[in-house]
Amino acid sequence: MDLVDVAITFAVALGAFALWLVGTALLIWGERRVIALMQTRVGPNRLGPFGLLQTVADGAKLFFKEDIAPRNIDRFVYLGAPFVSATVALVTFAVIPYGGTFQVSGREVTLQVWDPNIGMLWILAMSSLGVYGIFLAGWSSGSKYPLLGGVRSSAQLISYELAMGLSLAAVFIYAGTLQASQIVANQQIPLFELGPIAVPAWHVVPMLPAFVIFFLTSVAETQRPPFDLPEAEGELVAGFHTEYSGAKFAMFFLAEFMNVITFSAVMVTLFFGGPSGPLFGPGWLQALLPTVYFIAKVGIFLFVFIWLRGTLPRMRYDRLMDLGWKVLLPLGLFWVLATGFAVVLRTSTDQGTVLRIAGVGAGVALLLYLAAPLLARRPRRDTQPEPEPEPKFPTPSR
Amino acid sequence: MLAEYLPLAVLAAIAVAFVGLSLAVSSRLGPSRPNPAKRAAYESGIIPDPATDVRGSRFPVKFYIVAMLFIIFDVEAVFLYPWAVTLRDLGWYGFGVMAVFIILLLESYYYVLRKGGLEWD
Repeated sequence: MDLVDVAITFAVALGAFALWLVGTALLIWGERRVIALMQTRVGPNRLGPFGLLQTVADGAKLFFKEDIAPRNIDRFVYLGAPFVSATVALVTFAVIPYGGTFQVSGREVTLQVWDPNIGMLWILAMSSLGVYGIFLAGWSSGSKYPLLGGVRSSAQLISYELAMGLSLAAVFIYAGTLQASQIVANQQIPLFELGPIAVPAWHVVPMLPAFVIFFLTSVAETQRPPFDLPEAEGELVAGFHTEYSGAKFAMFFLAEFMNVITFSAVMVTLFFGGPSGPLFGPGWLQALLPTVYFIAKVGIFLFVFIWLRGTLPRMRYDRLMDLGWKVLLPLGLFWVLATGFAVVLRTSTDQGTVLRIAGVGAGVALLLYLAAPLLARRPRRDTQPEPEPEPKFPTPSR
Repeated sequence: MLAEYLPLAVLAAIAVAFVGLSLAVSSRLGPSRPNPAKRAAYESGIIPDPATDVRGSRFPVKFYIVAMLFIIFDVEAVFLYPWAVTLRDLGWYGFGVMAVFIILLLESYYYVLRKGGLEWD
């Protein structure tokens, strides 16, 4: 490890930081434009070409705003909450590969900030830490709306974190590793060849239920519509950040949109082959193409996030908790068991035993199917539809 | 050994510097003209009662139940990750042990479900 290596490390980290920050600015602009088109409006179109600089202007404006805080805040925690939220959002994407590997003056450079063997566990850990920012903000404001919003958001976030963790566990079983670069490499093996085109073995095909669970939970974890209960403005004004203004509010806003990008990137990494894709052309193009593929894939998911917001109404809170606890959690547990069974069956059992197990399973299923009518409870004959109760209040005659 | 963490440290330093600078700079740039109305907690126009401290107020007990159930299942998830990575080496024994663990938890999950612990009136 010499100075050049350190310089490369700095460059890669700065590159990721810049990519995510510019991406966030573009996402905020893009969301406003796309939502506007969906609602047959124009959207921001004044600053720069197509209004591209709108986010920059809004951000700059927020910096020059008066910082208003209520009298009875818990000052230390109140200041710490936006700091925690934004910092956590800014380090979460450290393990995501955002480009390919290329040579710079004889050295290998991989466009991924950090590639530890615990890999994707880092994403989970950081997204859990994100709850702190929200809850502390709600608690320290010393005001009713933020407190309710904070508690509500934390309950939502931890509920969906469970299903998210379980869906990821299934992917880890299938991939056999937590390391992001390995997971991406696993998905580059061609599944089958269709003439000259090799269809890559993206995890989305065998792990479709896990992908569906992960997608739904990531919408809930980033608090995007239709799961944006923390910001139910009709009930809670602005939820946990009601009492924040100026740059502190900007930090929460930044964290929220950056998390949308990060979760889209995680979906691309885990299920859609990360930055991989067909490479061609001269050397510089081959170095650039993976980043282009990565941005394109993430862009599709970002559009879906915006699309959801333009299409679906906000969910009711009890329905939200029901979906998390009664549908996604058991489904996730079941899928973990099923994936584990399939993987062990494939790796530590020979073909004959697999066939025998399949035969026995099919036999049991057939028997159950045949026996089911016998086991079924007979409907009671004596039940009759209850007569409608006579109304106890006068009704208009028909 | 520690050099492995250098990239993360670099990114964390960039993040902390960016957020810290933003917060510090903006607190210098903005005007500061406080008045009692600005410094009051926002309650949609109702003047907040200074005698009540919101932080000591009561919560619906549902949130505590959610938190407790979360801990149970999150601990389960923590057990799942090392198992997930080594499952290929553990074979049927490893699968069986974890299946028993998951089924036991599913059984208690079913109990909570039938008891109405997950109902959100």
